[in-house]
Amino acid sequence: MADLNAYITKARIEGADDGPLAGKTVAVKDNISTEGVETTCGSRMLEGYVPPYDATVVERLKAAGATINGKANMDEFGMGTTTETSHFGATLNPVDTDRVPGGSSGGSAAAVAAGEADLALGSDTGGSVRAPAAFCGVVGIKPTYGLVSRYGLVAYANSLEQIGPIAPTVEEAAGLLDVISGSDDRDATTVEQGDGSNYAAAADSDVEGMTIGVPVELVEGADEGVVETFWDAIDELEAQGAEYVEVSMPSVEKAVAAYYVIAMSEASSNLARFDGTRYGLNAVEAGDFDDLSEAGNWNEAFATTREEGFGPEVKRRILLGTFALSAGYHDRYYGKAQDARAWIKQDFDESLEEADVLASPTMPVPPFGRGEGLEDPRTMYLADANTVPVNLADLPAISVPAGEADGLPVGMQLIGPKYGEETIIRAASALE
Amino acid sequence: MSDGNEPAVTGEEVRRVADLARVDLSDEAVEQFAEQFEAVLADFETLDEVPEVEGEPDLVNVMRSDEIEEGLTQEEALSNATETEDGYFKGPRVS
Repeated sequence: MADLNAYITKARIEGADDGPLAGKTVAVKDNISTEGVETTCGSRMLEGYVPPYDATVVERLKAAGATINGKANMDEFGMGTTTETSHFGATLNPVDTDRVPGGSSGGSAAAVAAGEADLALGSDTGGSVRAPAAFCGVVGIKPTYGLVSRYGLVAYANSLEQIGPIAPTVEEAAGLLDVISGSDDRDATTVEQGDGSNYAAAADSDVEGMTIGVPVELVEGADEGVVETFWDAIDELEAQGAEYVEVSMPSVEKAVAAYYVIAMSEASSNLARFDGTRYGLNAVEAGDFDDLSEAGNWNEAFATTREEGFGPEVKRRILLGTFALSAGYHDRYYGKAQDARAWIKQDFDESLEEADVLASPTMPVPPFGRGEGLEDPRTMYLADANTVPVNLADLPAISVPAGEADGLPVGMQLIGPKYGEETIIRAASALE
Repeated sequence: MSDGNEPAVTGEEVRRVADLARVDLSDEAVEQFAEQFEAVLADFETLDEVPEVEGEPDLVNVMRSDEIEEGLTQEEALSNATETEDGYFKGPRVS
């Protein structure tokens, strides 16, 4: 098979001698800090950056006996749905190498789908674990906000993102979530609900009597082949004793706009730290100067570093986020996006009173051809329509293979109530 | 989502925002961003139709005692900096 370019850095970090992940290899997304091993976020800005400490999830992988076999490729700073915005080249989809693997955790999903790693960690800010899991035909979980520590995850949009597992089966993904979940003193947003969990035991395929709600708004606009495969999978769940109901969530129509306002605003603030002084690309190198005194004053030097260090999608999001937060626009964009977020949460609460889980296609489209999404950024943004509402509502969701359309994988997304990981894992396992 | 009545974004506005964000841009990038931002901001404008709902923020303060713990050594903290002097980060001049 062609080189998929699933890894930015290949490594071999050995964990403890025994533990639940002994003998397993794990690919770790390159925005998760690994002590002594380069961590680039897929960006020229952090090329050569070697973290002096491990992320909490990496410490937990090591303690569980896992072997980390490299740092997985990703869209630059997690900003993309195709893993084509990486400074280190695009990752190919192992199912069809003319197609993208999804993103932004495309390297993680491709590595698992191709058997280059047994398991992987990704991060999901607006669908970045679920989208590549769907496109590569593997399982991905976005945990409830706060279930997994973000200490050592290079921040993109703090209020939305969670680290999540990617695996060939639901049970293995759930087992990896058992290893990484749980409270952490170093991330004050973590909760105790994931302490001492046994999510893997919930992968028992028992959906007898379970009510599955389908938000019509998340199915309507999707590609025909995707919709057909989705309904076949719902039929399959019904055949196993689940009950299906339609629910309506008018708020999700505003989810993509609200998501991008919030994510870009948070990104503009988080990425302000990259000025080349403490780490990352320095102005001397960026501007090809002889020494720092030639780089101008600090505003000029930082602006040189940031022009050279960031790719176009990252600049686009930093600038749009800066705009949305600037004087005169804050209430109109950021304030309204927060209202939309509250509305979406309310819609989910109501729908999850009528159903145990909610189901939709993970992605409304089959995997893009390479290069297709880069022309017009809006095409890429709109592909996130089914995944971003979940991040805005802080809820857990899983993407599980539902079948194929035209020979390409289709993922089903199952969304649960807050800390309802066991329910979505149970429902997803019934589709295997 | 876009209805064609998009707010016009000028190159000057793109430059103003890029200046606030400390990102230099080429003339081509300014032109391209101005065009793309019009479409994206038109999407943002649709948030105007969002109704106000009672959102109860379920936020609580997380407190801990303020105790000294081991952190990075000075050497570790400086290990990724290109420019250092006498154990400090060395930055560009202020003005």
